[in-house]
Amino acid sequence: MAHAHDAHAAHDHHDDHGPAKGIGRWLFATNHKDIGTMYMLFSLLMFFIGGAMAMIIRAELFKPGMQLVDPIFFNQMTTMHALIMIFGAVMPAFVGLANWMIPLQVGAPDMALPRMNNFSFWILPFAFTMLIGTLFVPGGAPAGGWTMYPPLSQQTGEAFPMLIFAVHLMGASSIMGAINVIVTIMNMRAPGMSLLKMPIFVWTWLITAYLLIAVMPVLAGAVTMLLTDHYFGTTFFEAAGGGDPVMFQHIFWFFGHPEVYIMILPAFGIISEIIPTFSRKPLFGYDAMVYATASIAFLSFIVWAHHMFTVGMPLAGQMFFMLATMLIAVPTGVKVFNWTATMFKGSLSFEPPMLFAISFLFLFTIGGFSGLMLAIVPADFQYHDTYFVVAHFHYVLVPGAVFSLMAAAYYWLPKWTGHMYNMKLAKAHFWLSTIFVNVLFFPQHFLGLAGMPRRIPDYSTQFADWNMISSIGGFGFGLSQLLFAYIVFACIRGGEKATDKVWDSGRPQGLEWTLSSPPPYHSFETAPEVK
Amino acid sequence: MTDASLNQANRSLTRQLWIFAAGSFAFGFALVPLYNVICDVTGYGDRTKLVQASTFTAPEDVNRTVTIELMGDAPSIGDWEFRPEVGSIEVHPGKLTEAKFYARNLRSQAVVAQAIPSIAPLQATKYFHKTECFCFTPQPFDAQQERELTVRFIVDPKLPVNIDRLTLSYVMYDAKSTS
Repeated sequence: MAHAHDAHAAHDHHDDHGPAKGIGRWLFATNHKDIGTMYMLFSLLMFFIGGAMAMIIRAELFKPGMQLVDPIFFNQMTTMHALIMIFGAVMPAFVGLANWMIPLQVGAPDMALPRMNNFSFWILPFAFTMLIGTLFVPGGAPAGGWTMYPPLSQQTGEAFPMLIFAVHLMGASSIMGAINVIVTIMNMRAPGMSLLKMPIFVWTWLITAYLLIAVMPVLAGAVTMLLTDHYFGTTFFEAAGGGDPVMFQHIFWFFGHPEVYIMILPAFGIISEIIPTFSRKPLFGYDAMVYATASIAFLSFIVWAHHMFTVGMPLAGQMFFMLATMLIAVPTGVKVFNWTATMFKGSLSFEPPMLFAISFLFLFTIGGFSGLMLAIVPADFQYHDTYFVVAHFHYVLVPGAVFSLMAAAYYWLPKWTGHMYNMKLAKAHFWLSTIFVNVLFFPQHFLGLAGMPRRIPDYSTQFADWNMISSIGGFGFGLSQLLFAYIVFACIRGGEKATDKVWDSGRPQGLEWTLSSPPPYHSFETAPEVK
Repeated sequence: MTDASLNQANRSLTRQLWIFAAGSFAFGFALVPLYNVICDVTGYGDRTKLVQASTFTAPEDVNRTVTIELMGDAPSIGDWEFRPEVGSIEVHPGKLTEAKFYARNLRSQAVVAQAIPSIAPLQATKYFHKTECFCFTPQPFDAQQERELTVRFIVDPKLPVNIDRLTLSYVMYDAKSTS
């Protein structure tokens, strides 16, 4: 490492310095690696806080009847679990990965706007302190669901303005992060790296960043309207003044559906990086992958009303949203087939990142298929607001987005820290996670089809058995993640030295593997040449 | 690229992206009038149709009967007692029909009320004509006063044949909260 560092310093025209000492390194960080690390550690913390809330939910649902918490607190838990996991765990983790990997993958010395990068991270602790702080104000945390539908959300107590401003801050952070990603990718690629030579993870993030800029402000607008309805006498959503609560749902889901792809497109990018490495073949259909990602992003803007088929809409509207939704299965299918084709006749090996990637491939596809079922209007009338929906979106978010993040951590952690992690423990973590995630979420399909509604603390005794199994899976999955935290921290502290390529065998491809492990604090100060 | 030209390029792209973000924020608000336009054009849940008197006449179609279910609600408990005098009535399309609601102000001060109508299924909205309705104007109530409120309506004989039952629902709000 020292050698590589010196070689870089020789080319450096600026002050070459290592990290600053003490807390200042983190508070005033402008280095993309430090900021990426902070993002990911922050999201790991949020993952455990949101996970603890999920444990409370599953504990209450372990048996029928009310046992542990009162119903209002239960509703606060479902609402806060969703907000923290979406905005606190999954999104910052992807932004952290973007921070770490995009400059390394495009051969740039840093992100384009390092000070804005610092700002967009440091907003988050304030946003989430405020959001989690709602648990301690009179009236308690928001309990009307993360979708904040009025008029119910207007009954939130003193937590209401805190919720709105926390959402504003998260939105501002995401928008700044997205701007940074786009400017870095568009302006700072190494000479010779044309758009269609970019690593696929960079491509998926470029498209995700555009989605973020297009829809996060719409969410900000929607919650601003909630705020002015509450305090300033406007009646955007109040029927009493000529407004319409259904309109909130349209605006919210105009944000909400692209948001779904904001949380999954970078995951597609990660999986598209990992599968070729451990199949020892180039990615099958690179161009098709790029166009499929762009098509999914475009379609995400014209399907929002499938979240609200039951509010009443013209038959033509239902048909349009149903068919447009089903159309998304085409580019998504292209991706799934391309991953499968990449593995076909490959020389596979099953290190932890590959295990998580294969698990992603199977389990995300299950979530995709239940999504197709939900897209069918007459079927959706039955499934709407049942546990079937809960099972669907947890399949795409947990073994989908979250598994891709774990795969990414296991893939790049030796590059980031310079140490190999404990492979045996990581494989144990994989098997525990994959088994328990299915024990946790698969029975929820049955519960939903049998008619168990979501967001309720108590249920009819006919649902008892599957709920108990689901809860056992939940506790197992939750505990298994402590192992993940242990593996990550143990790897940061030390371990067997990682080579520059980390994963031997000619692969992996990409500029990040030309650097030492860990990479020098300032990397690619002289842009590499890409042929 | 030199450092200066890169900085210039970064600044200009950043500015464009901020404008894009500001445009998205404005678009969120533009969805409000857009939504109302779509409701007006399609006639689904058409607000102006719901709160304005119409002068509709059509020959009575005695061969067809449509059930009108009536509902009256208040947004919060304890402010109003508000209910239809009968739960449902059967009408022939084209016939002028009258329905009565009972309302009582439960509070010990005078209030002005505004009832907000809605019709389900939504696509029936444009075939439901109210010639007279207590929902067209604010209704003053003295403390504890009880009153009978009247609506007169005609169902358009062009109502799609697959609809044989529709719900006319009112929610009683305090008019002070209306704009």
